[in-house]
Amino acid sequence: MRLTRNTCLSIAAILLFGIALWQCESFLGDYQIYIAKLIFINIILALSLNLIYGFTGLFSLGHAGFIAVGAYISALCILPPAQKEMMWILEPIIWPVSDLFTPFWVSVLAGGVFAGVFAFFIAVPVLKLGDDYLGMATLAFAEIIRVLIVNATPVTNGSLGIKGIPNHATLIVCYAWAIFTLIFLARLVYSNFGNVLRCIRDNEIAASVMGINVFHYKVLSFCIGAFFAGIGGGLLGSHLSTIDPKMFNFLLTFNVLMFVVAGGLGSLTGSILGATVITILLEWLRAIEEPMNLGFVELPGIPGMRMVVFSVVLLAIILKRREGIMGTREITWNRIFAFFKRGRA
Amino acid sequence: MLEIKDLHVRYGGIRAVQGVSMSIPHGSIVTLIGANGAGKSSIIRSVAGLNKTITGQIDFRRHQGEQAVSLLGLKPEDMVRQGIALSPEGRRILPHLTVRENLLLGAYFRNDKAGIDADMEWVYSLFPRLQERSWQKGGTLSGGEQQMLAVGRALMSRPDLLMLDEPSLGLAPLLVREIFEIIKKINQDGKTVLLVEQNAFAALSIASYAYILEVGRVVLEGPGRELLENPRVKEAYLGG
Repeated sequence: MRLTRNTCLSIAAILLFGIALWQCESFLGDYQIYIAKLIFINIILALSLNLIYGFTGLFSLGHAGFIAVGAYISALCILPPAQKEMMWILEPIIWPVSDLFTPFWVSVLAGGVFAGVFAFFIAVPVLKLGDDYLGMATLAFAEIIRVLIVNATPVTNGSLGIKGIPNHATLIVCYAWAIFTLIFLARLVYSNFGNVLRCIRDNEIAASVMGINVFHYKVLSFCIGAFFAGIGGGLLGSHLSTIDPKMFNFLLTFNVLMFVVAGGLGSLTGSILGATVITILLEWLRAIEEPMNLGFVELPGIPGMRMVVFSVVLLAIILKRREGIMGTREITWNRIFAFFKRGRA
Repeated sequence: MLEIKDLHVRYGGIRAVQGVSMSIPHGSIVTLIGANGAGKSSIIRSVAGLNKTITGQIDFRRHQGEQAVSLLGLKPEDMVRQGIALSPEGRRILPHLTVRENLLLGAYFRNDKAGIDADMEWVYSLFPRLQERSWQKGGTLSGGEQQMLAVGRALMSRPDLLMLDEPSLGLAPLLVREIFEIIKKINQDGKTVLLVEQNAFAALSIASYAYILEVGRVVLEGPGRELLENPRVKEAYLGG
């Protein structure tokens, strides 16, 4: 890689932001750190779905399934064997899983790889479908993964879920994985491979008459996206310290989809913005679920109210700004410089 | 170069092409003419491997004197490697990529950088307007320029047989003439051209041989100039 001005700037920015986060960790409250970590994890999830939906045009609603695979595999890898022995009360845990014990980064990678492999087996039959049918089929497969997890009690502890997962996902770790995901996907998407993906998204027939093996690329993109969803899942499990099958329902996919659509389909920086803004909003809007005292009336708190508000916001986005915050554009150094030059002139 | 024998194409119960045979010699411009639904596009799509429910024989001989290979059962993405390029109907350029990127994707399966650069130069010399707009997004081009881009992109795979599906669709008469002049030039540069057209007059004037299709059958064939004079053709396709 040549060291151009822009790469130097990117490296500097990444390091500076990392150092700033490292300093922040000591004086931010637990709650702020919790949100910050969630933002980085959501960024990973949003980027991975954007590769599948935004860049390749595969309307996949199976993301929660891949996140679940990543979260479970990773959790099983980092739980101490003794703790596993104790927790599996419905059915005893079976062998290779019971003695599994790896460092955190291995567990996260393993989560990603397993999610990728799962995606491969799903992709081969499902990617023959197009558009809405693909959405339905992937949604169904995500549910199948969830049901499998509920019923594979000797491995997953069934519907009881896994509790007390060691919290190795510190702020810096989450940040590092998010940066890794971003760099990997940026290099991938802004290369000839990325052009091929966009070509498939825009026009499959044109792609195939140009000699592109459309199916091959679709499967590849789907699996890479699922790989990063698995990584996000691994981090998420460790971050929340508890996972159970109910967590990974359709709503999770919907949340990630929301980040991607709000940020802009086909824009990596858009996904980052979308994930950041919406994660913060979702937390901030919790305030309206509290009981409110308006002086003359006392409003009881309505659980779920923030989702109502959120739906309205989303509707507004869809009606008024369909392409999301960024559309297919990216924030690049060149754009930033151009912006400041224009500002001075 | 291309021999089609007794080709049948079905879409469910509809028989779009019923026993068409035709032959395209090396270095010629052959055109298929007919009204909507006559089966022109079905034939060209079958050659490109985009139709799966076909029976008959399609044999292709890339260079003169070579053993012919059957194209039946090959996938669309294999065709460019055989030396067949299709510029599909309705242009189908990629709106979010630049003109240059569009062209480069046409050379997607090739590894010879020098050859790709040379072909890029050639395409730019055929369509100087594409060079002027090489950094523009495909979607911002006018209809005529998009058509040029689609043809240029097909040429980037360095095909020996170039198939054009309605290159004049939706273009102003002046542009149609320009595109057809360029098709003639491409042919003079050594490419065999199979042209599907509704604009019978323009197509027949440059074609060395033409087939006229009606509801899935060849009803008339002959050298382009001859058909241009044919009273039946005049009445049906050239407006009396």
